Amino acid sequence: MSSSQWLAVRKNLPAKPRAMVAFFSFLLPITIWCLVSYVPFLWHPMVEIQDKGGVAYFKSGMLVERELFEQERLTAIENQLQPPSGIRTNPIYLPAPHEVAVALYTSFTTEPKRRSEKWLHESLWESIQVIFWGFVLSSLFGVPLGILAGTYDFFSRLFEPFIEFFRYLPAPAFGALAVAILGIYHQPKIAIIFIGTFFQQVLVIANTTRKLDPSLLEAAQTLGAKNKALLFKVVVPGVLPDLYRDMRILLGWAWTYLIVSELVGTSSGITWFITQQARYKNFDNVFAAIMIIGIIGLSFDILLALIGKKLFPWQKAQ
Amino acid sequence: MTPIVLPSYLDQSAAVKDRFDRLKQRPVSLEVKHLHKHFDSAGGQVTALQDINFKAYKREFVCVIGPSGCGKSTLVRILAGLETPSSGSVLLNGKAVTGPGPDRGMVFQGYTLFPWLSVKRNVMFGLIEAGHGKTTAEEQALQWIELVGLSRFVDSYPHQLSGGMKQRVAIARALANQPQILLMDEPFGALDPQTRAKMQSHLMEIWKNIDITVVFITHDLDEAIYLADRILVLKAHPGEVNEVIEVSVPQPRDPSQLLSDEFLATKRRLEELIHPEDDGDELATDKLNMVRMVHVNDQVPSVF
Repeated sequence: MSSSQWLAVRKNLPAKPRAMVAFFSFLLPITIWCLVSYVPFLWHPMVEIQDKGGVAYFKSGMLVERELFEQERLTAIENQLQPPSGIRTNPIYLPAPHEVAVALYTSFTTEPKRRSEKWLHESLWESIQVIFWGFVLSSLFGVPLGILAGTYDFFSRLFEPFIEFFRYLPAPAFGALAVAILGIYHQPKIAIIFIGTFFQQVLVIANTTRKLDPSLLEAAQTLGAKNKALLFKVVVPGVLPDLYRDMRILLGWAWTYLIVSELVGTSSGITWFITQQARYKNFDNVFAAIMIIGIIGLSFDILLALIGKKLFPWQKAQ
Repeated sequence: MTPIVLPSYLDQSAAVKDRFDRLKQRPVSLEVKHLHKHFDSAGGQVTALQDINFKAYKREFVCVIGPSGCGKSTLVRILAGLETPSSGSVLLNGKAVTGPGPDRGMVFQGYTLFPWLSVKRNVMFGLIEAGHGKTTAEEQALQWIELVGLSRFVDSYPHQLSGGMKQRVAIARALANQPQILLMDEPFGALDPQTRAKMQSHLMEIWKNIDITVVFITHDLDEAIYLADRILVLKAHPGEVNEVIEVSVPQPRDPSQLLSDEFLATKRRLEELIHPEDDGDELATDKLNMVRMVHVNDQVPSVF
């Protein structure tokens, strides 16, 4: 394939190269990570001490910066002591891919350090519940309001100016308030996700509803459809596929509010796991947990996309 | 070249004359009285339609034709009740039209089928709204679909159909409510010539067999002459009735008449009305300035 075929404006690549490029989109960052982790001269700013030699304060397994190590080694040689030895390594906050891969498994199988603490899968389950309830509550109100605002100018004028204002207020700023009103457990967290999602949701769905082809409404009117039938038999089914796509995007936004919401009140869920593991300097576990969030989010989105194809057979293949 | 000598478009054979006499004895289906439509635009008020008056008799086929900007789409939208006139009235069987309703079926250029409904459900839509039960609605819908020859596609979705098929569904959907009048806004404008010709004869066939008056908007002169009993010719800026032409081509029509004397005479008259020789100042600027092109090294010096 020539370069003009790879970069044709608004044309899909043939199936095989297309899948290949998508594969590269994951392969590329992983390759960079591997290079930085396994090729010593690329970065590796630290030295892991193997033999402390004549340096009193070095310990085997300790990480020191390369310059310091070099300095101490020269001093040791000068003072005719045994020079320390060590291997170059990355800082502790950047574990190598294989370590994270192992952690992805062991973080589920490792018993919590204290009896009161939760297993990873328990933390994850908490997080998923918080997201679920936050998103469901938001949608319960946001979707009908959005459709009403997109259909009737009256509701658009009634809701949208205030919502436009409110959506600029950062959801995390309501954390203290939410705790004061709703206590310290799940409720304030759900409230934060609700606040973060709801206001955007109303506006996004109202806009999607407004994009419905007005000639469909006209056609329905000439066929005898009146107000209520227009709303429930034309507007709602007409915007459903786009609305479903909006919901997928909004669910992604809800996930981004998860971490903040879980720091409110008693920290819990996957965020608690991450902060706790960071405290123990188990950064491989931290990375594993972050990736688990990504994997859950992406697989859920792919699942919803597949369900969408089944739900809306009249949508042309994209 | 000697010009082809054609009879006047006003010359009607005895049979045609007799038919028009009888046609005008029929009850009036649609009457438009002193219809005006103004739009507010940034540059002030624009008059889209000015003092439109016409009558369509029962089971008559009326075509509305005119240059772009003459407000023919606005007119049909007012007839459908989708827009309100600034003044004047539209009467359907003597009753004033106030808004859209199932007594006036409408077919749009853009098909406007509901993409989430199958062909059958699209046709059932109006029947259900009219209060028919599901089974009767389905039964009737299937008959209308059969009438337009799409029985094989009852469960297809609109995106699986070709343009001509979509428009046939749209016609079936509009007819299913058994409206008194069928309004068509350039319905075949987006179709290729072969499909368009086929659709025209389908429509004639339907019109002959169903008790319905048709108001058909088009910008295609041949289409207007081929289909219409009478043609309402509009002119632009402001949109006014220029002339109402009684088409002298005998009914029933068939494609062999497209080159008949009556047909060509009517077409010549329409050409005069719609593309007058003296365009006036307004259109004088609407020309290419090819004189400025300098020919250098043209491989072929002239196209002639």
